[in-house]
Amino acid sequence: MKILLVDDEEELVSTLAERLSFRGIDADWVTSCEDALKKVETEKYDLAVLDVKIPRISGIELGRRLKEKDPEMGFIFMTGHGSDDDFKAGSAEAGAEYYLVKPVNIELLIEKMKKVLED
Amino acid sequence: MNNQWDIIGGEGLQFFGKMSASISHEIKNVLAIINENTGLIEDYTIMTEKGAHFDPGKFKSLAEKIGTQIRRADEIVKNMNAFAHSIDEPAKSIDLSDFLEFAQAFFARFAVMRGIALESKPSESSLMITTSPFFLLNLIWFCLELAMDSAGSGKTVGLSARKTNTGAQIRFMGLKTLGKALSGEFPGEKEKPLLELLKAEIEIEQERGEIMLNLPGDMAR
Repeated sequence: MKILLVDDEEELVSTLAERLSFRGIDADWVTSCEDALKKVETEKYDLAVLDVKIPRISGIELGRRLKEKDPEMGFIFMTGHGSDDDFKAGSAEAGAEYYLVKPVNIELLIEKMKKVLED
Repeated sequence: MNNQWDIIGGEGLQFFGKMSASISHEIKNVLAIINENTGLIEDYTIMTEKGAHFDPGKFKSLAEKIGTQIRRADEIVKNMNAFAHSIDEPAKSIDLSDFLEFAQAFFARFAVMRGIALESKPSESSLMITTSPFFLLNLIWFCLELAMDSAGSGKTVGLSARKTNTGAQIRFMGLKTLGKALSGEFPGEKEKPLLELLKAEIEIEQERGEIMLNLPGDMAR
């Protein structure tokens, strides 16, 4: 499984990528929308894990743009919203079906990744 | 105080809610980073128990990273506390220069999300005024929203405070597309009650790309 992590908090994505690599998951990370869009030009990812709030455009909008470039790519959104309900209220319309509230439990993240790929 | 809230109504509450939500997001980010760093320490420990060897420097580095995030959270919470207490008194004596520095730190995350840097220029001397800190912060926010929409190439909004004959002035500078961003009325219906309460005035200098917020030395007089 090859994934792309996108969050403007470098400390978060770099550490998460290292932890995922210990679990046999190949994870690249970037800290901006521009870098994410560049990255998918040269690499093929099974799925992307995106922060909902990243500078300039939202993670949901970034998801749409990545989907245009690679329709097969799956998505999971990470959010700093206070609760599940808080996030659901704002994201249902945008079609963000798979999401996790920060701080993320890594085993739960992997479980969701598998589910996204199965679907 | 009640009278002030009657004038501001829902706008003041919306501002309070928006700022509180932003602070909670930022704290969640800090917690997420601490969570990953402690998780990584746990991963290293489990692998060490299984015979793997790691440089002890890695543990030291992770402890330092956690320490950095704890200090970051402390700053966020200090600003949150200052914000919460800004409602305590209807009018208070403040150093506008210090207040602008606080506002810059407080609104920094909003600016980052728009790809904009805030740069405050400290004034040479203290600028004491008597005002309502909460309503002033709300009015600075409204000016800053327009300023960020108008920031030119380089995407930096300059902030500075200076003394005037009647009180003090806050300037929002570097707004190269101010003319274009001024599509509606400014100050509009949102800003007018705050201007009235604070006895303040807004001046717009389109050519220079500046918004100037003029404040009296004492809003209670």
